[in-house]
Amino acid sequence: MTLSGWIIMIISVGFVTGLFLWCMFRVLAYKPPTNKLHGIDDIDTQDTDE
Amino acid sequence: MAYNRRNEYWSSRIGVILAVAGSAVGLGNFLRFPGLAAQYGSGAFMIAYFISLILLGIPICWIEWTLGRYAGRFGYHSSPGIFCVLVRHPFGKYIGVLGILIPLVIFMYYVYIEAWCLGYATFMFTRKLELGNDIKEYVKFWSSFVGADSDGLAFSKTHNQAVLFLGLVFALNFYFIYKGLVRGIEAFCKYAVPILMLLGILVLIRVLTLGTPDPNRPELNVNNALGFMWNPGNVWAQLKNPQLWLAAAGQIFFSLSVGFGVVITYASYLRQDDDVVLSGLSASSANEFCEVALGGMITVPAAYLFFGAAGIVGQGTFSLGFNVLPMVFSKMPAGYFFGGLFFLLLFLAAITSSLSMLQPGIAFLEEGLGLNRRQSTALLGLITGLGTLFVVYFSKDLKALDTLDFWVGTVCIYIMASILAITYGWILGIDKAWQETHRGAEMRIPAFFKLIIKYVTPSYLITIFALFVVFKVVGWNPQTGQIAPTPYVQDLISNNGSPVARLSATLIIVVALFLTILVATAGRRWNKITR
Repeated sequence: MTLSGWIIMIISVGFVTGLFLWCMFRVLAYKPPTNKLHGIDDIDTQDTDE
Repeated sequence: MAYNRRNEYWSSRIGVILAVAGSAVGLGNFLRFPGLAAQYGSGAFMIAYFISLILLGIPICWIEWTLGRYAGRFGYHSSPGIFCVLVRHPFGKYIGVLGILIPLVIFMYYVYIEAWCLGYATFMFTRKLELGNDIKEYVKFWSSFVGADSDGLAFSKTHNQAVLFLGLVFALNFYFIYKGLVRGIEAFCKYAVPILMLLGILVLIRVLTLGTPDPNRPELNVNNALGFMWNPGNVWAQLKNPQLWLAAAGQIFFSLSVGFGVVITYASYLRQDDDVVLSGLSASSANEFCEVALGGMITVPAAYLFFGAAGIVGQGTFSLGFNVLPMVFSKMPAGYFFGGLFFLLLFLAAITSSLSMLQPGIAFLEEGLGLNRRQSTALLGLITGLGTLFVVYFSKDLKALDTLDFWVGTVCIYIMASILAITYGWILGIDKAWQETHRGAEMRIPAFFKLIIKYVTPSYLITIFALFVVFKVVGWNPQTGQIAPTPYVQDLISNNGSPVARLSATLIIVVALFLTILVATAGRRWNKITR
């Protein structure tokens, strides 16, 4: 295999493999935002008396 | 406009990505792509291939994902319903006929090829394909197995093994379709796609560690085999060849399963704020990984190691896959095992694709005619079963299969993809469509793609289609300037054409008319519900 053959192979295979791994990482690492449910303690009435 | 019916959604994001990737990954990734790359000189071919991926493949993927999810919000999952929403004109639903016709007709012959893969995997594991060193024995075995010597041969008592595998494969497909989108297709693809990738990696390791299999022919070694696949020729001269661009763009196009009516249907089962940008790119990248990193490194290098260039040049997809490769594996140490794994890989790639071809039909029968899952599965099984029997019966030279593949599996797909690209950029409107694409998106598409999708993708697609018509239909010879219609056209129009090809064309027309009548019926039903 010639040097140019190696270059084409490495760029082609490297590009698709890199893109695939990057996409899978992004998909699997993504945590969907969860709606925070507020409890009674989270409510701030701004009432400073007592 | 909204059609209120029980909505069904994918259960997980990775599930839909693997289902779309499974739909895209097929025999073409492992058999057609390597042959084309080697034929046109890998350097020039890969340049045209990656340009086509960026300008054609990935944009159309995003288009289909976006349009499908958009229409799914209104409760439509079938192609006629989706186009009803997109075009907002009563005629719109008839455009969608193509979106059912294409996968339905392709399924009729694709399931037969799938049966060959399962059959060959079985024969490999049981060592029935160790037929010696003469390629003619492998050709004879294959012709006998698929019934290519004469019509009706596949049904005769001595040649019916392929039909047995076909029955099994057909039943498997309809079992998963009957189970539904989540418990059937998604559950199966979640296992099948990673397994096929793993099998591909195992076979790849075997091929790359073969060294010099025949010490008497030291030139047939792994280094030279990879060189045959990847060494560039005269890149700039080759890039001037329009046939190379047609081959590269066609490979991208068919490999990603765009324009089939499948991705648009799958995407319609997404929730309205589910991401389509990263998901679409992920599914495309999975297909590209299987095609370039696995397919490009296995098939042609393996064949070269045992036959040299003479065994590969001029081989078609079936010839390379079902004649050359079985002989290659039979000569390889532990070849029966790795050959079995390779054909199992092809079978998994094929079944994940064929399952996706059934879903558009099921979706239409359920939402268009109001059938339940059992009824829609039975009716679709009857229609595709009759079509498959037609293909299997007219098996001489695989004429019926070849004719259906050319006119539906190639020509109709170009037309459908062009319609989708124009719908996104010009009918829905690029600004609205762009905004719709980015709804819930996890990453933004670079802004220049807006111009690419609006202008470049449709123009490129239409140019490639025009080149296809000029070279593959009209049969223009650039060297001589002469025009001679290709065999596909000759079979239909010349006095000594092929009766089987004409019957196949009639089958396409009959199925298209039948679907058009059903779509008209569905339209009246939708009008009553939404009124």
